[in-house]
Amino acid sequence: MPVFEKFKMPDAGEGLTEAEVVVWHVSVGDRVEVNQPLLEIETAKSLVELPCPFAGVVTELLADIGQVVEVGAPIVVIDVDPDGAPDQLVEALAVTEVAAAALGQAVPRPPAEETPRTSVPIGDLEAANHAGLAGSGIEGGVADDAAAAAGAGAAGAAGSGAVLVGYGVSAAGSARRPRVGMTPIGADLPVVSTAPSASAALAAPAPAAHTHPVLAKPPVRKLARDLNIDLSSVTPTGPGGIVTREDVLAHVERSAAAVLATYPGDEMPWLDTGTVSADGRQTRVPVKSVRKRTAEAVVSSAFSAPHVTVFQTIDVSRTMRLVEKLRNDKEFADVRVTPLLIAAKALVLAVRRHPEINASWDDERQEIVYKHYVNLGIAAATPRGLVVPNIKDAHRLGLHTLAVEIANLTATARTGRTSPADLSDGTITITNVGVFGIDTGTPILNPGEAGILAFGAIRQQPWVHKGKVRSRWVTQLALSFDHRLADGELGSRVLADVAAILGDPAQGLVWG
Amino acid sequence: MSQSTSPDDVDLIQLLTPTGQRVDRPDYSPRIAHLDATALRGMYRDMLLTRRFDTEATALQRQGELGLWAQSLGQEAAQVGSGRAASPQDMIFPAYREHGVAFVRGLELTKILRQFRGIDHGGWDPKDHNFHLYTLVIGSHTLHATGYAMGMQRDGVVGTGDPQRDAATMVYFGDGATSQGDTNEALVFAAVNNAPVVFFCQNNQWAISEPTSRQSRVPLYRRGQGFGIPSLRVDGNDVLACYAVTSEALERARSGGGPTFIEAFTYRMGAHTTSDDPTRYRSAAEEQYWRDRDPIDRLLALMKAEDAVDDAWLAELDEEATAFGEHIRTTVRSFERPSSDFMFRNVYAGPHAIVDDERAWFEAYQRTFVDVSATAGGH
Repeated sequence: MPVFEKFKMPDAGEGLTEAEVVVWHVSVGDRVEVNQPLLEIETAKSLVELPCPFAGVVTELLADIGQVVEVGAPIVVIDVDPDGAPDQLVEALAVTEVAAAALGQAVPRPPAEETPRTSVPIGDLEAANHAGLAGSGIEGGVADDAAAAAGAGAAGAAGSGAVLVGYGVSAAGSARRPRVGMTPIGADLPVVSTAPSASAALAAPAPAAHTHPVLAKPPVRKLARDLNIDLSSVTPTGPGGIVTREDVLAHVERSAAAVLATYPGDEMPWLDTGTVSADGRQTRVPVKSVRKRTAEAVVSSAFSAPHVTVFQTIDVSRTMRLVEKLRNDKEFADVRVTPLLIAAKALVLAVRRHPEINASWDDERQEIVYKHYVNLGIAAATPRGLVVPNIKDAHRLGLHTLAVEIANLTATARTGRTSPADLSDGTITITNVGVFGIDTGTPILNPGEAGILAFGAIRQQPWVHKGKVRSRWVTQLALSFDHRLADGELGSRVLADVAAILGDPAQGLVWG
Repeated sequence: MSQSTSPDDVDLIQLLTPTGQRVDRPDYSPRIAHLDATALRGMYRDMLLTRRFDTEATALQRQGELGLWAQSLGQEAAQVGSGRAASPQDMIFPAYREHGVAFVRGLELTKILRQFRGIDHGGWDPKDHNFHLYTLVIGSHTLHATGYAMGMQRDGVVGTGDPQRDAATMVYFGDGATSQGDTNEALVFAAVNNAPVVFFCQNNQWAISEPTSRQSRVPLYRRGQGFGIPSLRVDGNDVLACYAVTSEALERARSGGGPTFIEAFTYRMGAHTTSDDPTRYRSAAEEQYWRDRDPIDRLLALMKAEDAVDDAWLAELDEEATAFGEHIRTTVRSFERPSSDFMFRNVYAGPHAIVDDERAWFEAYQRTFVDVSATAGGH
């Protein structure tokens, strides 16, 4: 018969409490082997691949990409005996309940999160404990105070005082355990009003049945009136069923923030993990991951390095001819040749003629750090946001290798596998806004760099060529630079050189 | 390639090139002359199963079964070669990554995982295989080893001329440990007391994220020379050379010739521990450079060239490794939490009033829980 095993979020580092799901390598229905990579998670420390502990068939994925999951919470359900009869499902669930009961509890599980889950929904004491809901009314009793006073000996049993090893091994082991002589669990548990599980409804007084007047003190009644809240809809936690001030505020918070349901294929992925306002007209999304890093980077750059941007419009018809020629060249048969490649080469050559631009301002030590290598950054739009990986030692690469590196780097970025090493120690950057059909922009420097080139769209335009107006391929370049270490002359010369090479790639031979 | 990852070829003792060709050295080749095809296969099996164990343990950590894991990946030759050179009466002090040495000493490897699961402070009796418990503190055990070696001198088991009786101590540590005060003190004591101890330093190039180049101005083996200890550098990914230099060093120690410092030049192909992400501080090119020097591939190339192995044997070993992996997984999952009085058992050799009090208090405390009796392990 089907036997369902749940894989719980492990502590992949030392003492981590949560991790974000980055990508799933499997989907529901997939057959998996032991140690087969299931998913990648991002912890506070690193990107980690989690191997599957079971062989079987994936029955359910319990966490979405981008979701931050607590250590110990189940993330995937796997049927380790997929060839059994499906009508045994109920029995398998019953076993789960018995297991929970064996832990000493017929405990309602307050929903760990508000997303309803369809299978294995009950009896999951461990998840509840990890969510910090169960047992909160129990802690701090007399026995616990005694334990605290007694010191370290007790700490291990209660799961605090993390040591080198031994936590995260067993979720139940690190959760608080029930104690003798305490209040029955459930009696003083706050019951979350959204999506209560079936067992919770059985064990806790149903808050909805109000045949009697609601009990609350006058200031609380006024508060409820001011907030336009029906007191009878608030779950009371005070002694004797009184609605407290905290109950009202908690109710406001819950009803104000509903989780926005999103599904694969939704056209608004940026709303993932957001909460919708009470009137349904706004969604607030926590800033994290790539978005957060991008924000930090542009703020630090924009408000510490005084940016100057210079522009030049040029005829790149000869570059377009060269691109065409290279595309038909046997040597370049294995790689895509684009105008960006020639622009990258041109920028490297310009840096070679003006190495002062390839530098970094060290504010702390009041020094300018000149780099004798070019790590060429390419800004890439990825599903996870903007990343700027760089090509190491681009100044040493021939045109073909450079093309291969650009292709690899953008492909890696799009799959979200860019490593921290690829992102660090860039010296100068190109942003190819032309791919979006834009003429040019005033780019913000990648922190720690002194120059960034925006490469605009290339269009056929009327242009005076050899004394006559002709249709030519024209583009606009923009170069932002850090005025602390580069003056207008230097920045202008760098851009003029890039423009000269793109105008006539043969110039690259002269300077190369 | 940076200075930290390419050995100074002049100093490096090598008997097997990265492509598996033998190097003839009049000083060390005679020491491996007796290793026939069976012995080579034995070394290969040790290394392969060690790696399997390591891979399995890493996966178990990612599955939440272990709190932490320190990988031995890439250091199998240094560990198996040196470990095989030791005699049963020699005493070994490992650090925390010496799974290959443990395997060669005959330890049931899953015992190591008890500590990394957090249910044991050690996992085995050091006397069973003359293999001390893992030490997580960096370098402190170099002092324990030196003291133990000085004890051997006093026990009269050094330099008697009886090969069954003469014994030595060997201690394993990493490049980072050579910067620790403890290790330097151990070298001082070992040198001036002429202690029968072999300092086996696995220079795996990275002390967590700190490269060797930021730890020392000179090659690490020359640190040993500074204390007046014969010191050498061996290719740590060459199992034959590691065996040869270690057997020479142990022989010197057992015969009363004093300590030796061996720097095995190798590479930590994995992370420092499962809590570490090496892509943050080292390049893919460097990792590839060392993957091309994999110690296991190297020995296999030699065995194939010398017809010391056939496909049937390799297939059999592969099956053994699969079964071994399964054994590790099931064993770890079936580990039970030890009874709560376990941790009080080996604090002192005899009964002790304070420990007894603490045990009694703890048992009473345990009884206040609903789900667990005072001594049962629980779930």
